[in-house]
Amino acid sequence: MAVIDYYKILGLNKSATEAEIKKAFRKMARKYHPDLNPNNKDAEKKFKEINEANEVLSDPAKRKKYDAYGGDWKQADQFEEAKRQRSSNSDNPFGARSGADSASDYSDFFESMFGEGASGYGGNQLRFRGADLYAELHLNIREVFTTHKRTITIDGRNIRLTIPAGIKDGQKIRIKNQGGAGVNGGPNGDLIISFVISNDTPFVLDGDQLYSTAEIDLYTALLGGEITVNTFDGKVKLKVPPETTNGTKVKLNGKGFPVYKKEGSFGDLIITYNIIIPTNLSEAEKKLFTELKNLRKK
Amino acid sequence: MSKQEYITLKKLCTSYKVEMAFFDQLSEYGLIEIVKLERTRVIHLDRVRDLERMIRLHHELNINLEGIDAVFNLLNRIDDLENELQATRNRLKIYEENFH
Repeated sequence: MAVIDYYKILGLNKSATEAEIKKAFRKMARKYHPDLNPNNKDAEKKFKEINEANEVLSDPAKRKKYDAYGGDWKQADQFEEAKRQRSSNSDNPFGARSGADSASDYSDFFESMFGEGASGYGGNQLRFRGADLYAELHLNIREVFTTHKRTITIDGRNIRLTIPAGIKDGQKIRIKNQGGAGVNGGPNGDLIISFVISNDTPFVLDGDQLYSTAEIDLYTALLGGEITVNTFDGKVKLKVPPETTNGTKVKLNGKGFPVYKKEGSFGDLIITYNIIIPTNLSEAEKKLFTELKNLRKK
Repeated sequence: MSKQEYITLKKLCTSYKVEMAFFDQLSEYGLIEIVKLERTRVIHLDRVRDLERMIRLHHELNINLEGIDAVFNLLNRIDDLENELQATRNRLKIYEENFH
């Protein structure tokens, strides 16, 4: 259990008036509200802290209790002890608790002092949206080439989701209502899945464009010909024009990666030719190449 | 238009304890699109998350409708920038992998 200084959390001193508490809370709530800081866990935690601080300090009765025991570890431990004793006593002056509350994970101390339901926005039974849950899903680039369904397990729950083709590394998708449970009948939070896409293929992915290299022999490069190249989902034949230089790029329209959420739409595949120079030349070859060299000189 | 894709404003008023006038105001500001489906005023389910956010911003932070509009514009810009940042990171990774 940590010492929690609610005054410090709101940037106030102990003599702060109700108006000052209200003003400080509103200012900080505007800064850290989860709706203004999406996907920011630090802000979410901070918001819970200031919410809890306000819950206590804006209520004169609760503030009085907090001022009496708040900073005192030993007193807090005594409260814990009292709480354990109270569990078998129906005349509980603080109200019985029943299970954990997802929205009140900030301080046990807070709940031990004020009982269940003390936390939550404003303390007036406003509905409170459940926390968003975050998960990572690791997939291979081949798995995201086509739209498919997959079942994942989050906190013991099986969630079936459709993974759209073309989803990118680092991209997030939000699944409504699959996050933490809402409070006071509030809506559930969402489940936010971050995709980690690995690529062990010879293709380089940049946006929806795929890049690869194709080796062609010197003679095909010089005289032209036909080669077979790999695309992501098969092979295609390409005509190589005569006198093709090393590093020449060819674009295969629509042979790239699927465009996210545009079913049937694909980027392009850019192939760079890498001309292979023959090695281990025979004497006859050397002689012919020398002849070619001399022809060029003339 | 499938009925299942929409939720009635009446139901939303009850669920979120807000006046119908609030939805009308949001609609006037272009923040939500109210559709008439067989004489019933509804909004698309895809917009409910944004709507919940607007209700919270208004009720919990006392942000007026102009403020909500500004907040949503800025959040959309943040979203666009985050996507751009992610795409740039992915592109940088290509060069880093090829360099090493």
